[in-house]
Amino acid sequence: MISITKLEKKFGRLNVLRGIDLDIHPNEVTAVLGPNGAGKTTFIKSLLGLVKPDSGSISIRGKAINGDAEYRSRIGYMPQSARYPDNLSVHEILEMVKDIRGATDDTDEELFHAFNLKTELPKKFKTLSGGNRQKVSAVLAFLFKPDILFLDEPSAGLDPVSSSCLKDKIAREKEAGKTIILTSHIMSEIQELADKVVYILDGVIHFETTVGSLLESTGEPTLERAIARKMKGAA
Amino acid sequence: MNTNTLKLIKYQLRDVMRSRWVIFYLLFFVLVTDALFRFGGTGDRVLLSLMNIVLLVIPLVSIMLGTMYLYNSREYTELMLCQPVKRQQMFTALFSGLVLPLSATVAAGISLPFIWNGVFISHFSALVYLLATAVGLTIIFSALAFAIALLTEDKIKGLGLAIVLWLFFAVIYDGLILLVIYMFSHYPLQQPVLVISMLNPLDLARIALLIQFEASTLMGFTGAVFQRFFGSGTGQLTILLVMLTWIGIPLGWAARRFVQKDF
Repeated sequence: MISITKLEKKFGRLNVLRGIDLDIHPNEVTAVLGPNGAGKTTFIKSLLGLVKPDSGSISIRGKAINGDAEYRSRIGYMPQSARYPDNLSVHEILEMVKDIRGATDDTDEELFHAFNLKTELPKKFKTLSGGNRQKVSAVLAFLFKPDILFLDEPSAGLDPVSSSCLKDKIAREKEAGKTIILTSHIMSEIQELADKVVYILDGVIHFETTVGSLLESTGEPTLERAIARKMKGAA
Repeated sequence: MNTNTLKLIKYQLRDVMRSRWVIFYLLFFVLVTDALFRFGGTGDRVLLSLMNIVLLVIPLVSIMLGTMYLYNSREYTELMLCQPVKRQQMFTALFSGLVLPLSATVAAGISLPFIWNGVFISHFSALVYLLATAVGLTIIFSALAFAIALLTEDKIKGLGLAIVLWLFFAVIYDGLILLVIYMFSHYPLQQPVLVISMLNPLDLARIALLIQFEASTLMGFTGAVFQRFFGSGTGQLTILLVMLTWIGIPLGWAARRFVQKDF
């Protein structure tokens, strides 16, 4: 479980996060939503230790994270667009991350096979297509069987076959007890995958609810409509 | 240095050594050095000409490439920092990934023509002195490049700043010294000029090389004063210390900034 209390972050005079309190549970997919510039990225980057919060605390399984790098060995992260060193081959990139993680042989190569990445192994990263880059980064996120997964727009740029492979994988990992945090602009994807929706607006959590109850309370058929209605009601 | 840092450096080097600019840089030094030999130069004259090229090109390339390199590594840096990697480790890996290939390239590019022209052994000590200075300048200007790239997120601004800083050290600073000498021409200026020159790493490198190559007579009476000071043990030690300070301050600042900043 990840618990976040009173998380605050300012960039200069800009108050990006203004006190976020949230518990993220295992066995669930939590979707972090919000308009552009609401603080989603800053929020996720704080969890990864890329952004250093001004105040508040983040703890993972009861252990506070502060400046320590080790906790990240339990996190798999799939960024919106990944860029690894241009002149390294896919094979070398996989080796590198394994090497740094202190490679155990016990890796999860399911996605690697599902995506048919074998033919891409000798290619240099700079020659890969956007979709294949995205696949490499998905493979890396799941490779080390992390307890916690951050997926930032995971299906962006993927073809339908790969995208559904990835979605199946996410669903299976959830069943296996992983904590999964997801962001996406595709509401149908969120509706399909997520259990919980956390809506960030102006640096605070505007609402936090399950997908089911959101649909029910607004009476709309899709998540997109439901959120639109809810936000209109609030304004 | 721990194993994680070494692993990161290994992959960083693998990436950088395959990039085109390393090859161009190597070819540049090989061609220029060999050309100087072909135009009838003896070992001594080649070294003296190389000195001017080293003083001009290395700071420029190091600061421009270094700034660009750090900006271009930004996304990769972010990805690595999402792995169980400490920021200090990543910083060391990035800096080594720039400085090691640049230094190795210069050393190889200049040494090779000396070897095949058969004067490598006879000019060994002077050559080593030149290469050491070249490596020193590479480290100093790479450190400045890192400081610039961490000072501003804006790539264009950073590159602009890098050019301005290079111009300052390579051209403007000497102009200012000349101006001072001209304005105070009635006073004995040897000692103040000595101190002022020491504050510019490029001037310092130039003086160190001129004295090493015994060309200080070209500088007249000032040259004699310089020769007396920098030729001595204290002088050599001073040069080393000033050079190390020029590495330490920007690099220390950049490292602190890298550890504290938000990505």
